[in-house]
Amino acid sequence: MTISIDSKDSNTNSLQPKGWLRYFSFSLDHKVIGIQYLVCGFLFYLIGGTLASAIRIELASPMSDFMPRDVYNQVLTLHGTIMIFLWIVPVVNGAFGNYLIPFYVGARDMAFPRLNAVAFWLIPPSGLMLVASYFVEGAAQAGWTAYPPLSITTPQSGQLIWIMSVLLLGGSSIFGGINFIATIIKLRRPGLKLMQLPMYCWAMLGTSLLVVLSTPVLAGTLILLSFDIVAHTGFFNPVLGGNVVVYQHLFWFYSHPAVYIMVLPAFGLVSEILPVHSRKPLFGYTTMVFSIMGIVVLGLVVWAHHMFTSGTPPWMRLFFTIATAFIAVPTGIKFFNWVATLWGGKISINSAMLFSCGFIINFVFGGITGVALAQVPFDIHVHDTYFVVAHFHYIVYGGTVFIIFSSIYHWFPKVTGKLMSEKLGILHFAITFIGFNLCFAPQHWLGLNGMPRRVAEYDPQFQFVNQISSIGALLMAISTIPFLINIFLSIKNGNDSGDNPWNALTPEWLTSSPPPVENWVGEAPLVEEPYGYGKPKS
Amino acid sequence: MTTLDSSKEIKKNDSEVSEHHEDFRMFGLITFLIADGMTFAGFFAAYLTYKAVNPLPDGAIYELELPIPTLNTILLLVSSATFHKAGKALLKNKNSDTQKWLIVTALLGITFLICQLFEYFNLPFGLTDNLFASTFYALTGFHGLHVTLGTLMILIISWQTRPKEGRITNQNMFPLEAVELYWHFVDGIWVILFIILYLL
Repeated sequence: MTISIDSKDSNTNSLQPKGWLRYFSFSLDHKVIGIQYLVCGFLFYLIGGTLASAIRIELASPMSDFMPRDVYNQVLTLHGTIMIFLWIVPVVNGAFGNYLIPFYVGARDMAFPRLNAVAFWLIPPSGLMLVASYFVEGAAQAGWTAYPPLSITTPQSGQLIWIMSVLLLGGSSIFGGINFIATIIKLRRPGLKLMQLPMYCWAMLGTSLLVVLSTPVLAGTLILLSFDIVAHTGFFNPVLGGNVVVYQHLFWFYSHPAVYIMVLPAFGLVSEILPVHSRKPLFGYTTMVFSIMGIVVLGLVVWAHHMFTSGTPPWMRLFFTIATAFIAVPTGIKFFNWVATLWGGKISINSAMLFSCGFIINFVFGGITGVALAQVPFDIHVHDTYFVVAHFHYIVYGGTVFIIFSSIYHWFPKVTGKLMSEKLGILHFAITFIGFNLCFAPQHWLGLNGMPRRVAEYDPQFQFVNQISSIGALLMAISTIPFLINIFLSIKNGNDSGDNPWNALTPEWLTSSPPPVENWVGEAPLVEEPYGYGKPKS
Repeated sequence: MTTLDSSKEIKKNDSEVSEHHEDFRMFGLITFLIADGMTFAGFFAAYLTYKAVNPLPDGAIYELELPIPTLNTILLLVSSATFHKAGKALLKNKNSDTQKWLIVTALLGITFLICQLFEYFNLPFGLTDNLFASTFYALTGFHGLHVTLGTLMILIISWQTRPKEGRITNQNMFPLEAVELYWHFVDGIWVILFIILYLL
């Protein structure tokens, strides 16, 4: 019995704890759950970031002198897993999705509020379990991909805890996805058409389809892998007649779409932020919708481009190269649309806008290296080198994490009713942007020259470039300081923002800031033109 | 505690609430079943790939006896029909008939599981013998888990449809419809599994 989108629900909420305590409760309010996701994700981001710093300290010198090699393997595994499954996926989907989607569809809550709370509360225990596995015979060492036979032969307890944790996080993700699909399709306010929805709804619809279709495959694969570890079956163990390539196919069937699960919501968020701060309608709404759906369909059929060195037959290479290159088309359409949105607009240079523009620059770079990586000869040359690391971080850090920060600056007044300090925000952007590019741009060169990834030691000729990269990483670590100061100072004594500091037209700004428990006083407004900027007000 | 209290609160007003908006719980369930189906799809894909590219060691048995699985297929198909009967009876407000049909369905499910276990004990191979054996047990075991869960849910809703006091009536059919859909889904998966694993 999960119906609770009517006035009776105010009783539900009046029974919940008030104030900051509600963030530690099994709250059913989508706004509380959104903030829970965000704060929880950010704490894991700090842990993952600490691990990343440890990696860069180790790589500042060619020898493994900062930590033993097996600890290095654990650190890189935990860094990847935490950043993907506990920071980016929960925050860019769970946090912003929960906070914004009910506003955008004109609802008072998500379709299944209890399922929503369950989905969130699966995350902290599985995250803690993952971190704690370090103290039980060491954490998993096989990287976030957990490829067998490596994952079968490394110490078992850490790997099994890793599997358990990822299964729980996958479950959380699926529950969230079901909830978003039901909310967007079924819970729209009467009179609101699909093609009038803000773009983030479309992005979340596409993302949730990917989550629902691909995450279960990962779950099944990991169950088989755990059988291999515990019961000594031979699914992926060549010694017992198994086939490691099957694992790779099944794993990438989820994990390639996972890249879109991390990036599509960011595409949606940036489509909300750019029109507001450039005072222009979003350029090419319809093409945006179709390119999102195009990315969803293509995203499901390109997974084997991760496996060009796994003995894939020529026809497979041909198909997956072409399909991958095709993804550049809808993605390119979106980028041209964003640039066209900015073109001739009345642009305000603030923290949210700067991070969004930083996203466009970084992502184009990551996208170009992505198209390059889709080409088999080039891919074979740079496979498992730092080129791949650089490409991936340009997509998920330069892309998605920049948008997460941009969104925090954009929606902070909505959540708290306070303005953030622009000076600290711009400082945060400057350090992050310089640090990020300093850290990852040189890694392209390292990869092209053959430095392998995931190894604690390297050829001394790479030391200078690695040290530049480590200085960049240090700047990235420092960049969180102005951000955190900004958050705490602004919550404590930031200036009042009023209800709608950006004069935005999307529905979430048409109620008070912070919003009341059930989002609207009275009926939800019908927003037919969420991007109707630059038109005379009727 | 607070959430428990509030859920009671909502339950009391159930009929009133459902007037406010369309009931989309079934929609959510269908989305979940699609996700669940994808797990099976992954297993099937793995099985078929193994069959195509991984030769089994000499002397390995991969031809299976058909009588028990055929009986099991019939059991599940009949149980789908009896479940449907239960739903029809509830529409006519005959709760005791519904309960009877549900118990018949649950018994068919239990018989299926017993037959499955009987087959397991009589197979000439164990879980770790070879790749085919492992995949066979993983697939049928995962499906058996679904049947077990479904049978438990059928027993629960058959208790809840008891005349007069039960909370499932023809005013509140969702729990029955949800379990029915799930049960048909599990049956459908079995038919695919039977074709791929036993017949192909």
